Amino acid sequence: MIGKSDDIIIKTIARIFVPFLQLYALYVIMHGHYSPGGGFQGGVILGASMALLLITHGYDELKRRLPEGVLLLLGSLGVLIYAGIGLLCLILGGNYLDYSQLSVILGVDAAHARSLGILGVELGVGFTVMAIMYSIFFDISTGGILPEDQRREGRVEGER
Amino acid sequence: MKTLSLIVSIIVGAFLMYGTIDMPAWGDPDSPASTHVSPYYITHTEVDTATPNMVTSVLADYRGYDTLGETTVIFTAGMACILLLRRRGGRNKDRG
Repeated sequence: MIGKSDDIIIKTIARIFVPFLQLYALYVIMHGHYSPGGGFQGGVILGASMALLLITHGYDELKRRLPEGVLLLLGSLGVLIYAGIGLLCLILGGNYLDYSQLSVILGVDAAHARSLGILGVELGVGFTVMAIMYSIFFDISTGGILPEDQRREGRVEGER
Repeated sequence: MKTLSLIVSIIVGAFLMYGTIDMPAWGDPDSPASTHVSPYYITHTEVDTATPNMVTSVLADYRGYDTLGETTVIFTAGMACILLLRRRGGRNKDRG
């Protein structure tokens, strides 16, 4: 089980670093149009910042900020955003994932609609990658037992 | 048996290396990979998608269907990890 770190240096450094990491992750996702980057890379950085919070501030603190259900919802939402944008293009009369059809909704020309469509799907990819990276890290580091289950299990075993 | 495996892998390896002789030189502009759709992407990315980074435009626009599949693969991998690794409260009855 991942508990809270007692070391004030580790906690302070993590508290200072995490906002920068998350801001940088958003930058990597948003700036994928102009420089190396995109949803996959930014999502991994975002997931890594969550992992850093988990190993420094403990599971309970992180659960308060990002409950398990919300995490899985974000992961599914990412794929849904991606597929949904594709489906929206289909509804608007184009091919699947033909973002130029979005120009009707967004009110820009076809090229910029495609640019914004790319941004939309990159955001979806970022959501999914962030949630899955953090979830896998969490499952491997705890052996798959959620701390609240572990506590309950411990109590049950104690009663026996 | 070990000697036989070694001989087989050396022969297969030699064939594979022989196969690479016919491959175009590294970064050859006349290679089939560089003459088919790549010039179109290089020249049209800015006009078509208003995105200067052609890697991004190929990844998410021209080959968007592929990236949708990749995202689904990552999502499926995560779900599989949760199914395999996580033991929720309800499952404890089976174990105990």
